[in-house]
Amino acid sequence: MTALIEALALAKTFTLHGRNGLQLPVFSGINLSVQPGECLALTGHSGSGKSSLLRCLYGNYGATSGDVRICHQGDWVSMSNATPREVFEVRRRTLGYVSQFLRVIPRVSTLDIVADPLRRIGVAADEARAQAAQWLQRLNLQEHLWHLPPATFSGGEQQRVNIAHGMITAPAVLLLDEPTASLDADNRRVVVALIRAAREQGSAVVGIFHDDEVREAVATRSLNVEQYSKPVASRQGSTT
Amino acid sequence: MKPAVLLSARNAGKAYVQQGQPRWACRDVSFDLYPGEVLAVVGESGSGKTTLLRLLAARLGCDEGSVHYQVRADLASGPGDLVDLARMSQAQLRRLARTDWGFVEQHARDGLRMNVSGGANVGERLMALGARNYGLLRGEALSWMARVELDTGRIDDLPGSYSGGMQQRLQIARNLVTQPRLIFMDEPTTGLDVSVQARLLDMLRELVGELQLAAVVVTHDLAVARLLAQRMLVMKDGCVVEQGLTDRVLDDPQHAYTQLLVSSVLTP
Repeated sequence: MTALIEALALAKTFTLHGRNGLQLPVFSGINLSVQPGECLALTGHSGSGKSSLLRCLYGNYGATSGDVRICHQGDWVSMSNATPREVFEVRRRTLGYVSQFLRVIPRVSTLDIVADPLRRIGVAADEARAQAAQWLQRLNLQEHLWHLPPATFSGGEQQRVNIAHGMITAPAVLLLDEPTASLDADNRRVVVALIRAAREQGSAVVGIFHDDEVREAVATRSLNVEQYSKPVASRQGSTT
Repeated sequence: MKPAVLLSARNAGKAYVQQGQPRWACRDVSFDLYPGEVLAVVGESGSGKTTLLRLLAARLGCDEGSVHYQVRADLASGPGDLVDLARMSQAQLRRLARTDWGFVEQHARDGLRMNVSGGANVGERLMALGARNYGLLRGEALSWMARVELDTGRIDDLPGSYSGGMQQRLQIARNLVTQPRLIFMDEPTTGLDVSVQARLLDMLRELVGELQLAAVVVTHDLAVARLLAQRMLVMKDGCVVEQGLTDRVLDDPQHAYTQLLVSSVLTP
């Protein structure tokens, strides 16, 4: 079985030019590979770089060194070398990301926000809306909210919109940043079932799950990001 | 198969002469824009954003480098060819500007004809292409006014009687009526109330998606760039200091100036 997403000697360091070029090493030397049906849980204390790693995998952060490779329609795409246009295409077809916070578009209804990823891959408007409605129903979002923009929703409601938006196209690679953080027990169970279903359908999942119960229910392996946070920069510094 | 590049800037630059010395308003700008892509150009006032936009739209000529456009078959020697704008005649450029391109000015008054009705403003480009049937022109004007959410009851009013947001939407309708493939926008939402801005942005986002329009949007508003554009280009002192995927440039800026720009934004 071949992997769908890989990180090769991945390192991320932030350089803050406003602070005289201060270097903030986040992690280095991360290798990972996730196959269809697997779910890799990223663990580590707050600030250990789990979300940064997830963002690197999504191409939202650029890798400082190393590479992220995504298997996109049978070909490996290097996220470090891909053009913006190629990254966009990979995200549209292959790579899904559920962030912690929903970035709201003013005036657009919840139903249309959730349907949008389907529209972008060519699904007709009616069909996309019908599928979006199914997802929202499954996630127990009350129907009277579907036609409102989610700006005024509660945290848990927004998170469910976010999950529906990220998972509706059944992406082959799915990145989840605390998908159950502000959900009650019932909705947590729904999300766990959705993640397991995605795995069964052959998706490769990488996620951050703070809730132990959720992590045990969905993850097949885990990776502690802390062990990679030893800064390379200072090690190099000590030898010179 | 790779889709063909629509617009290509290759080391494009424009200099003004100041006290006998050339001063580069923008320099060494290179990028390829594909059909359906939106590129945001951000930077502070005086960074050369608007000059760049005018170079791309052939309102100014390049002093170095070049801008190429994939003209429609009827203008090209061969279909899908990238043609250097500098090699096109004035007549060809005019034709391009009023059929295949749109240009949305920052001040709607600069992009509208204030002495004819709203409907006539929308119909003007069609008339320039030879449309003479009054019913057809009026029908198009009504349908475009509705699409940009203008009250069609105002079709016979002069644009001077419209609000700022309405004028901006009228300007957009006037540009889109010939179904251009590429639209240039110079600060399209500046000077509008935030609620009007949101409405206009949402409308632009939808139109761009629906019509597979490519766009180059100059803005100093990073939120506008994030909402509309897949890619962005950050300019400072006439040079591109950073370019790439919009969310990567905004969330993980590399250049000192981009970091300053991103960290200076107030988030409500």
